[in-house]
Amino acid sequence: MHELGIVFYIIRDVKQVAEENSVKHVSKVVMNIGEVSTVVPEYLTDCWRWAADKEDLLRGCELEVQTIGAVSFCEDCKTEFGTVAHGKTCPCCGSGKTYLLRGNEVEIKEIEIKEE
Amino acid sequence: MDKVKVIEIKKSVFEDNNREADGLRAELKSRGVFLLNLMSSPGSGKTTTLISLINRLKGKLRIAVMEADIDSDVDAVKIKESTGIESIQLHTGGMCHLDAGMTRQGLDNLPLDGFDLVILENVGNLVCPAEFDTGSCTNAMILSVPEGDDKPLKYPLMFSVCDTVIVNKTDVLPYFTFDLDRCRKNVLARNPKAEIFPVCALSGEGIDALAEHILKMVKDWKEN
Repeated sequence: MHELGIVFYIIRDVKQVAEENSVKHVSKVVMNIGEVSTVVPEYLTDCWRWAADKEDLLRGCELEVQTIGAVSFCEDCKTEFGTVAHGKTCPCCGSGKTYLLRGNEVEIKEIEIKEE
Repeated sequence: MDKVKVIEIKKSVFEDNNREADGLRAELKSRGVFLLNLMSSPGSGKTTTLISLINRLKGKLRIAVMEADIDSDVDAVKIKESTGIESIQLHTGGMCHLDAGMTRQGLDNLPLDGFDLVILENVGNLVCPAEFDTGSCTNAMILSVPEGDDKPLKYPLMFSVCDTVIVNKTDVLPYFTFDLDRCRKNVLARNPKAEIFPVCALSGEGIDALAEHILKMVKDWKEN
């Protein structure tokens, strides 16, 4: 359940941005979550509801998760392939010299504020 | 209809923690204190291994232990009673891991300049603690024989962040299908730099080599 710790980080960052922009209430936070980031989106949104509703700034604020597919790259044959399907082994040439290009993100993409 | 204003952030949620961790490491470096973050699953023998290790190292290094658990202080009390060294208990308030902020709060309760080595016994868990940089100078983990030699495949992040892997409970090797060579191969596939130490914390077998390795890491940290 590191999702709860991550939720506390999100709240800390969003609070800071809100303060810098004199925002009183945030209606939505959009997250980019990589497919192999080990964050479970359902746990994240459950923890979010519990923690966000304790803050005036975030009461009722929705957390939207946008998933980023995991893609790896093979150094030997220069192919890109899906990490979830093939792991660390290149499906084209069988090489193990591969690395993750994307899919490890746990980032706050943007926040939305409803204007009167 | 309400108008919606969007503020783009595009920031990793780990960024602040990583910065705090780097700051903590720099401070430890300037004070000559080596912080070792020890992780493992529950029941792998972290506390028993620590006691055996500390009893070998305490004549050579000034050591303190910070125990992190969701609740209770059984580990801190056990360490203090069995080794006589300074040991404090941190509670994570339900969280499955420690981060740099929590580690710093714990260190604030220790007279840091009096120690060469501080060992942080993280919450027993192979997933979450690997995600959060605690500000430690090195990460170590214990894999016990009954857990199986396939764990590096199932928990890749944990094994890629640890440069020291301790294989504990080698006395029960005859009763399990655990294969040390296969384990070594699986660990090195995740982290080619990893050093592997088979030990039996109860009998003390292999602990001397591990103690030497830690002594060397502390010495290198202080001198370089």
